[in-house]
Amino acid sequence: MLTIAGHKFSSRLFGGTGKFSSSEIMKKALDASGCEMITVALRRVNLNDPGDDIMSIIDRKRYLLLPNTSGARDADEAIRLARFARASGGGDWLKLEVTPDPRTLLPDPVETLRATEVLVKEGFIVLPYMNADPILALRLQDVGAAAVMPLGSPIGTNQGILTRFQIEIIIEQARVPVVVDAGLGAPSHAALAMEMGADAVLVNTAIAVAGDPVIMAQAFAKAVEAGRMAYESGLGRQQRESMASSPQSGLEFLD
Amino acid sequence: MNIVFDYPAFDKLHEYFHTIERADVDRALFSTRPGLKDLAALLSPAAEECLPAMARRSAEITEQRFGRVIQLYAPLYLSSVCCNRCSYCGFSVDNQIERRVLSLDEAEAEAFILNERGFSHILLVSGEAPKVMGVDFFESLALRLKDKFASLSIEVQPLTTAEYARLFKAGITSVAVYQETYDRQIYEQVHLSGRKCDQQYRLATPARAASAGMREVGIGALLGLADWRAEGLALGLHLAWLRKQFWRTAFTVSFPRIRPAEGGFAALQPVSEKNLSQMIFALRIFDPDVGLLLSTREEPRYRDGMIGLGSTRYSAGSCTAPGGYLDPDSAGEQFAVGDHRSLDQVCSAIRARGFEPVRKDWDSMFQQHAA
Repeated sequence: MLTIAGHKFSSRLFGGTGKFSSSEIMKKALDASGCEMITVALRRVNLNDPGDDIMSIIDRKRYLLLPNTSGARDADEAIRLARFARASGGGDWLKLEVTPDPRTLLPDPVETLRATEVLVKEGFIVLPYMNADPILALRLQDVGAAAVMPLGSPIGTNQGILTRFQIEIIIEQARVPVVVDAGLGAPSHAALAMEMGADAVLVNTAIAVAGDPVIMAQAFAKAVEAGRMAYESGLGRQQRESMASSPQSGLEFLD
Repeated sequence: MNIVFDYPAFDKLHEYFHTIERADVDRALFSTRPGLKDLAALLSPAAEECLPAMARRSAEITEQRFGRVIQLYAPLYLSSVCCNRCSYCGFSVDNQIERRVLSLDEAEAEAFILNERGFSHILLVSGEAPKVMGVDFFESLALRLKDKFASLSIEVQPLTTAEYARLFKAGITSVAVYQETYDRQIYEQVHLSGRKCDQQYRLATPARAASAGMREVGIGALLGLADWRAEGLALGLHLAWLRKQFWRTAFTVSFPRIRPAEGGFAALQPVSEKNLSQMIFALRIFDPDVGLLLSTREEPRYRDGMIGLGSTRYSAGSCTAPGGYLDPDSAGEQFAVGDHRSLDQVCSAIRARGFEPVRKDWDSMFQQHAA
């Protein structure tokens, strides 16, 4: 079972609350996805307003809330948002997003590392959104990130896992859970991430903008489960060459 | 951070081998990211018939990762005084050998000879007797030698993290500390007295060296004490664990086979050249990045045959008695070497196989600290 910062998750699919056409559809889709952690943009909600359109339909007994700092352009902005979120009852969990480039929304590695270091010291459970850079993943882990969230492709692009080779290295090296975040546009992308050994995936856009978000949420849930099962059962490996038997072993020198 | 390495008992490790079939070996050979099960498959009896295929795979990985080169180093024995009683070692406290502790000047003179012979990488070796050969000595020697050598490594008694940090600052770049055997019962059986009896402290030593900032840490097992297959699996576990904890550190593995030594210890479980080769190939396939050492314990025929098949580092022209480079008649060696050729002869053999002998692959400039 997946454990992040001591919290156990039976679903390895994390959801989001952006881009849905209505709050009711969002609620149904999240329900159908079976996810147990959902991220909400701090800029989008009023955490302490019970009448907030998003907060009012999130059952916090059922879902762990993962506020995110979407929109922050540097570490200082992200840190300020995080402190504000906690003061407003948002809890200790934080998806750290520092995206200075409004066009690609790619994460700033330098500011993300700096903010992670500060926020961990303040007791936040920090899950940083990051480019799929293996060394950055290790640096974030070393300053106390509870998990790392490398992107498959730029957020909202539905391009799937364009960073496969890098993510494989991160999965191999990291001591903390690896959650593939951003760019997963189809259930097959999520399944691939899980087959590769990712600990979880976060999917928002692909579900929110689907023709039928509720059915798509179910499809992602199944894909994540299938991918994980495949990973755990030990995938048959692609053989690069057959076992050639050579008359000369090359080891004749052995006594 | 949890920095205590633990591993299953040897009888548990043995269970890994029981279920291995030939298909597991084939899978492990071409796995893109081999895991512990794959390592077990490669070390298993079922893999023995695949030894030529393992050799080819290991050679291919080694060439891709390291190129067609072999790095060279020489050991410099500083002291044969040792407080430990270890059944297999020539320096064991009970043995009636001529003991010698080099002075700083003598050690420097020995190093100078190695330097003249063309060595840039030397390994400082000492028995465990902190009162006659301690951190102060290693530090002073490192400060004297660091400008003459590309890198200085130590294989001495286990030290504390603070001591390793001190030595790193003085110019020591890497630490080798071998567990000798990961079989806890046999460890107790062959380590009769002395500080080395503390298995757990020794086991935690590579982590202390790495956390002190050492650029490279070497682990290893002395082959011939316990079952080599389980030993290989334990080494793989230790290596994988160290990699997870210390991603900035480079690691090497060494598998010295027991050699004739004062005391007349015979291997408890003999390891053949075939077994040793299988272990080298398996570790290489398991971890493409690890440095693998093959010392002058082995004979020229074997060392030449193994060039390019997995090992990346050879010692050469070694003498295992303190003072032995200046005075070749020095008595009191730790063990009898198997390859007596000079550095130049070993280099020629490496070139003859189409490989480049590399004498310098580091620079002390990397580690210049502000005085």
